[in-house]
Amino acid sequence: MENKGNFFLPGQGSTVAPDVDALFLFIGLASLIIFAIVVFGLIYFGFKYRARSKEVVLTPDISHNTTLELIWTIIPTILVLIVFVWGFKTFLTLNVVPKDAIEIKVTGKKWFWTFDYSDGYTSVNEIVVPVNTPIKLLMSSEDVIHSFYVPNFRVKMDVVPNRYSVTWFEAVEPGDYNLFCTEYCGTGHSEMIGNVKVLAKNDFATWQSQVGNDADSDMPLEELGEKIYKEKACFTCHTLDGSRLVGPSLKGTFGKTEKLTDGTEVLVDENYIRRSLLDPGAQIVESYPPVMPTYQGLLSDRDLDGIIAYIKTLKQ
Amino acid sequence: MNTFPETHYLNAPEKGIKSWLTTLDHKRIGVMYLWAVIFFFLFGGALAMIMRSELFFPGADFMTANFYNKLFTLHGAVMVFLFIIPAIPAGLGNFFLPIMIGAKDVAFPRLNLASWYVYLAGALIAVLSILLGGFDTGWTFYTPYSTSTDSAVISVVLGAFIMGFSSILTGINFIVTIHKLRAPGIHWFSMPLFIWGLYATAIIQVAATPVLAITLVLLILERTLGIGIFDPAMGGDPVLYQHFFWFYSHPAVYVMILPGMGIISELITSFSRKKIFGYKAVAYSSLGIAFISFLVWGHHMYTSTQSVLASTIFSVLTFLVGIPSGIKIFNWLATLYKGSIRFTSPMLYAFSFLILFSIGGLTGIFLGSMGTDVHLHDTYFIVAHFHFTMMGGTVIAFLGGLHYWWPKMFGRMFNEKLAQILAVLIFIGFILTFVPQFINGLHGMPRRYFMYVEQYTFNNQLSTIGAFILGFSLFTAFANLFVAIWKGKPVGDNPWGVLGLEWKTTSPPDPHNFSVTPEITHGPYDYDKVLAKPTLDL
Ligand code: HEC
Ligand code: HEM
Ligand SMILES: [Cu+2]
Repeated sequence: MENKGNFFLPGQGSTVAPDVDALFLFIGLASLIIFAIVVFGLIYFGFKYRARSKEVVLTPDISHNTTLELIWTIIPTILVLIVFVWGFKTFLTLNVVPKDAIEIKVTGKKWFWTFDYSDGYTSVNEIVVPVNTPIKLLMSSEDVIHSFYVPNFRVKMDVVPNRYSVTWFEAVEPGDYNLFCTEYCGTGHSEMIGNVKVLAKNDFATWQSQVGNDADSDMPLEELGEKIYKEKACFTCHTLDGSRLVGPSLKGTFGKTEKLTDGTEVLVDENYIRRSLLDPGAQIVESYPPVMPTYQGLLSDRDLDGIIAYIKTLKQ
Repeated sequence: MNTFPETHYLNAPEKGIKSWLTTLDHKRIGVMYLWAVIFFFLFGGALAMIMRSELFFPGADFMTANFYNKLFTLHGAVMVFLFIIPAIPAGLGNFFLPIMIGAKDVAFPRLNLASWYVYLAGALIAVLSILLGGFDTGWTFYTPYSTSTDSAVISVVLGAFIMGFSSILTGINFIVTIHKLRAPGIHWFSMPLFIWGLYATAIIQVAATPVLAITLVLLILERTLGIGIFDPAMGGDPVLYQHFFWFYSHPAVYVMILPGMGIISELITSFSRKKIFGYKAVAYSSLGIAFISFLVWGHHMYTSTQSVLASTIFSVLTFLVGIPSGIKIFNWLATLYKGSIRFTSPMLYAFSFLILFSIGGLTGIFLGSMGTDVHLHDTYFIVAHFHFTMMGGTVIAFLGGLHYWWPKMFGRMFNEKLAQILAVLIFIGFILTFVPQFINGLHGMPRRYFMYVEQYTFNNQLSTIGAFILGFSLFTAFANLFVAIWKGKPVGDNPWGVLGLEWKTTSPPDPHNFSVTPEITHGPYDYDKVLAKPTLDL
């Protein structure tokens, strides 16, 4: 990214960022002046009127000054009204989606993001968009409230279950931008981080044609599995080193016998893993919460084969 | 040399733990509240130190995400419900309200003791939830997270519900006391401003707390009986919860700050020996703040899918409620003009308050303005902002008040030089802890994050270092106060040489507050007419 931002604010990655930042600057300067007056007053009076001896003295009876009081009521009132109107206008820009925007469906789920594009392609934790094109996000959650936040774009909107929320942005520079979840959503909240990949228009066209025909088709299965482990955010719940996270570690899983919550035991084989991914609620490992999301529709058969092959490589 | 009075509320009518636990004396009840809130403050502070240590490095260091989530939730809930809401009103307020208006006690002494027990019961139930495995919802208990997590939410919510009653009872007690028990000669506009602050606070407590109570009951019903009110999976509306919650919790932030502002009015006048500038403006602005504060809750919800129209109305009202707070700052500043300023430890806290609370208030403008709040909401900017107001504001005022009144309460003086050094250290530690959080927030670091992205490391490390300076000096400041109870020199009736009525009685005060009915010969701020000599050489 060219625009690195400054000491106070991150780089401006969207069309609305300069508008928002101008307001930041205005409030910042106005506050600084008021703050300087207060601090100067404290230091000046504190020094000038300090008690010079232990002697107790009478002080003048000054309890009013209408002019002064009017000044320090009216000037701040005018200032905050300016800030209010300005903030309102910026808020409208942030909320009114341009008509020609491309729509992408965003789903928040503990603890990853899914993006559905109109051409049927789905991605996890990475949203790929063309530069200089308004993008409309139609968002909802499948569990608790999450919030979609891209600091560089100055855009944030809660992602709520059972209703749609909408926000939009138009990126101005190709690059990768952090996408944070800013509504507390539990264990993996601070790892619910996605990436906004902004591509130049022709790169975006190339990307679109590539995702159409399966780019992963000639990758070895184990590698494909490893890639999915990273891309589909399995790591937010499963480690590779044997330690326990939200879910059991995948190390040495294959071939071992797992105790389930209903008391039965089951051998971890290909079918069990397949079912764990497509219908995770059916068989829950003992002492773990039933929170593993279903990957039905997000993983192709070849993807499933890849994961199985990958888990097989993770021996004790 | 000052002598220690023979009978006072600490040894009369009786001594011994039982006489304390059954006491109806507002002073003893105030002291018992103080012990409890100081204990919870130190506990909450210790939790904060653990959190800040974990945040020194970006990754997971010595705890799990779940543990961290429980830590910040417990820290927030303890600080808000167990410490800051009762601290000034129920602690210092209980002790000084009757004395400052020349009354023998509050209007309903039994109710007063009952509210202490209710508070303690609520606090214990809330803390009990730690033994049940802790809770991880954040102090805001947002649905549907709070109705779906498997942690011990019910117990803490029940605790908060019960403590709400204590808050309501104290509020009612104060309102009636102020209306009915003022000594002859003390009318509304000659009351100390601390009393005005407590009065406005009590109104909010009585009017807003029931809403919280009902909301918490609904939450419990939803969790236990599966009635769908907030959880969409059961046909409820999660955003409705946020409206209910903030309808209480926004006014509640004024429950936290108004009594603190009252203390500051006392400190500034006492140590500049000056009549307060604009008495009526300060008094009325407390009431004004109390009323408008009920109409601004939606400014917590600009990004919650609330309608743009609603956000707009909330935004404009938010700015209006900000103005009276700003005016108070200017009034305090003007009070210093031509005063005779003494930089005692309480005054250092008052100066510290004026600077920190100004920063807290001014950064609030960024949050009230919709366009900028979208970027800042739920980031560390918020964390810094509310610590500047709650800690830089209320806690600093509380500390100032404690140092100011401690000699009156216990009749003995703490080490004043040390107290001054610590007041300055607390200020420095505070700035170092929370200013870097503003910067991280502006750069987009979300709050309630167990781990964070590399780029935020530097400011987090500064913040952690600051937190240790802060934690150390706070702890020492309390130690200094406590040591004084045993080791301090007797202070006489009026160690600071100031005019408030509470300084007319002995230190510690008589069990009936005044051994002879005080004659009101002057107002609390008549520094233009009356000279009061300090009984202690400072
Ligand atoms: C939200 C956290 C979460 C995410 C994300 C997640 N899982 Fe799980 N997973 C769990 C939990 C909890 C269990 C244990 C309970 C159960 O059996 O459903 C589990 C169980 C499993 C099991 C069975 C393990 C055993 O020892 O029996 C496999 C295999 C598995 N997950 C694979 C994956 C893969 C592959 C991904 C990524 C595509 C993934 N999980 C993503 C939480 C998660
Ligand atoms: C002793 C110095 C203090 C330090 C170092 C400190 C530090 C922290 C930290 C690190 C967090 C977690 C932020 C996050 O993860 O998002 C936090 C949250 C919080 N703090 Fe403090 N804090 C201190 C004092 C206080 C005081 C005095 C109060 C109030 C009276 C307070 C009220 C809160 C609240 C309400 C939260 C929010 C909890 C939540 O998100 O649910 N803190 N504090
Ligand atoms: Cu989330």
